[in-house]
Amino acid sequence: MAKFIINGKEYEADVPADMPLLWVIRDVIGLTGTKFGCGMAQCGACTVHLNGEAVRSCVTLVSRAAGQQITTVEGLSPDTSHVLQRAWLEEDVPQCGYCQSGQLMSAAVLLRENPNPTDSDIDDAMSGNICRCGTYPRIRKAIHLAAKLQKEGGIK
Amino acid sequence: MSNTIQMDRRQFLKSGAMAGGGLIISFMLPVNAKTLKKLNTGTPNLYFAPSAFLRVGVDDSVNIILSHVEMGQGIWTTLSMLIAEELDADWKNITIEHSPAGKSYIHTAYGLQITGGSSSTWSEFDRYRQAGATARILLIQAAAEKFKVKPEDCRTENGMVICGNQKASYGELATAAAALPAPGKVELRKPEQWKYIGKGIKRLDAPDKVNGSAKYGMDVHFPGLLTAVVAHSPAIGGKVISFDASAAKAVAGVRDVVEIPTGIAVIADHFWAAKKGRDALKIVWDPGPNTGLNSPAQLENYRKLANEKGLPALEKGNVETGLAKASKIMEAEYFLPYLAHAAMEPINCTVKITDNKCEIWTGTQMPMIDQAAAAKILGFTTEQVDIQTPYLGGGFGRRATPTSDFVSEAVYIAKASGKAIKMVWTREDDMRAAYYRPAFLHRMRIGVNTEGYPIAWQQTIVGQSITAGTPFESKDPIDGSSVEGVNDSPYMKSIADAYIGLHSPRIPVHVLWFRSVGHTHTGYVMETMIDDLAHQAGKDPVAYRQHLLQDHERHLAALNLAAEKANWGKPLPKGHFQGVAVHEAFKSFVAQVAEVSVDERGKLKIHKVVCAIDCGLAVNPDGVRAQMESGIIFGITMALYGEITLDKGMVQQGNFHDYRIARMNEAPAIEVHIVPSTGAMGGAGEPCVPPTAPAIANAIFAATGKRLRKLPIANINLKQV
Repeated sequence: MAKFIINGKEYEADVPADMPLLWVIRDVIGLTGTKFGCGMAQCGACTVHLNGEAVRSCVTLVSRAAGQQITTVEGLSPDTSHVLQRAWLEEDVPQCGYCQSGQLMSAAVLLRENPNPTDSDIDDAMSGNICRCGTYPRIRKAIHLAAKLQKEGGIK
Repeated sequence: MSNTIQMDRRQFLKSGAMAGGGLIISFMLPVNAKTLKKLNTGTPNLYFAPSAFLRVGVDDSVNIILSHVEMGQGIWTTLSMLIAEELDADWKNITIEHSPAGKSYIHTAYGLQITGGSSSTWSEFDRYRQAGATARILLIQAAAEKFKVKPEDCRTENGMVICGNQKASYGELATAAAALPAPGKVELRKPEQWKYIGKGIKRLDAPDKVNGSAKYGMDVHFPGLLTAVVAHSPAIGGKVISFDASAAKAVAGVRDVVEIPTGIAVIADHFWAAKKGRDALKIVWDPGPNTGLNSPAQLENYRKLANEKGLPALEKGNVETGLAKASKIMEAEYFLPYLAHAAMEPINCTVKITDNKCEIWTGTQMPMIDQAAAAKILGFTTEQVDIQTPYLGGGFGRRATPTSDFVSEAVYIAKASGKAIKMVWTREDDMRAAYYRPAFLHRMRIGVNTEGYPIAWQQTIVGQSITAGTPFESKDPIDGSSVEGVNDSPYMKSIADAYIGLHSPRIPVHVLWFRSVGHTHTGYVMETMIDDLAHQAGKDPVAYRQHLLQDHERHLAALNLAAEKANWGKPLPKGHFQGVAVHEAFKSFVAQVAEVSVDERGKLKIHKVVCAIDCGLAVNPDGVRAQMESGIIFGITMALYGEITLDKGMVQQGNFHDYRIARMNEAPAIEVHIVPSTGAMGGAGEPCVPPTAPAIANAIFAATGKRLRKLPIANINLKQV
């Protein structure tokens, strides 16, 4: 039995040590906001936070993740109120939406580490996340807006 | 997704009223059996289908049922806006869901239930407004009877019918309204009364898509559901000779291994166990008859075919005579490779079969086709197959297969195993066991007059037909989708002597429509060739097009607006160059100006794309802008990286490292401008794609003098000699 702390809640699961965290989250625990896109850390759809750092859960093994603090998109805020979520809604970012959980989780680390990201900082932090619908221009705008909201203490 | 309503929807529509009372607009117009039969056999242009688009509950709920699926294009929002425009409902009570497979949801123009062809908004513009208006009229009538007043003295506002001091909510009136006879065609609001149309609202699916609650096919789960992963033949058309599943069955969590027509499926408690089980399978494959398939040989074969003039797709005057009269003849050959749709959500399908019912959950653009395929495999009637469509994690045409390839595969697994399964394709399965935009070769000879304008045009097009061998194949030997964008090109109109020839070789590689279909290659060829002609004539590329398009108002409107907003012809930052393209597809007219630089090492940077579209009325303008942005990024991927190649009958690409997709650092600044237009409504989801690659290639020509007759650009050395 391995223990997982996901969004502050503890779970136990009988899973092999070489199983990627993605499938524990999705198929065993049943949190489906984190997506499968490529299985080899190429697209970022499966991005979650492991002790606050953005990782690709499709290549992060149980042996590394067990017992650590894991945050998924469901844990970003309890009520869709994270500045990034609000900015995403304001800019109408999502299209098919499948990659957006991963985009938000990558952006959340960027914004925490760098409250005033430039376009080039955004390129560096976000180029690991593919969006086939091409929402990149709106993601860029939304990150800038979220940075502004964060500075202003957020809007209600 | 609204998953709140659990009752059997089909029962529901039959009864015409909700359990416990309520109004369903499913009885709007009588349709006799004869008409239904015609609908079923695909007669186009049947506008008056029965509608089942709206339910008003006694609890004030307003449930909108979409005949088209949401795959990113924004139809969840736009169709709901059309109903809301006429209904005066309270937005906070509106829930939205995809329709089941059913005749009520047949496309108003295409005669089958389909989301595609950039047609959802224009094809539903009247039907959805009618559904909203009809409901409102009936609710007013019910209120008038209740209030004992005349209907014309009542008004509606925010989910209420009001007359003087009297008020009733839609929910309170729903049961009475459901008992009223349906009115005929009702009058719709005039444009000057519109609250939403032309103005737009925020996307209604966005909240679910930023907090992880949006459900896709991949997210379907219920107790007892297992995951299936399939081993497909490495070579196209290969078959299983024998297999040994003992090691696979020894993997913890693996429950079953079954053989199906397309390979061997491993069924397990979760994806990881199924994938490990698949890796442990020992399969002896008969590689089949197609191991000779390889891309270089295919190109050579296409070249040989192009030596023959091909079946006439368009013939005007006498092209040889015309060419003989030309002051100069330009020749060119283009080759554009196979492309994979590569939607972010890999293909998947969930199937649960009981004695007399099959339930399917999958992201599909053609549910009735899939329903029929499942029924055939199981020996069921279509009524015994229920298809539910969650959100689609991208479609781009891949989730509309006439062969129902992935739904059939999942049904075979569920049938063979007797288990409820979610079949999940890995990214590699999605890339390789796939359907592609066909590869195309174009060869052209164009005769120009002394001013450099074309007077004779010969073009030979070689590539697979996407409809050949499918129920969509037409009797016409010319596959329209192979030549669209050439045959109907505005440049062809004024040319006296032309011959467009087509070869449609039969090759055992599955091909399919792909966002913007034939225009993905014809738009590229036409707009880079015209640019070349302008250059050879010593004329400005915009001015040259303006001259040729002088009788094509909507092309011109888009071209002029894009050129103006991009400051065409004005000084640019040092080392920056512009290229332009304009193309009509799916009844909309799109022009784009790309601004690029190519450094001394040959590294390309796309700085900016300015886009103008004339789509007639833009019902949801920001939705149109979003689609233009989307299509431009899609076009950049196609231009820079898109290429599927074959060797020994096997697809050589597998994942995003070797089938690259444009990323954030490659996304240019994008500006979108909408032409104020009273022209016929066109589409938005696809027409944005064709101009991007040629605009970039034309800008690269301006920067380097290199004409790109092949894509993708990643294969080409742009370094100047």
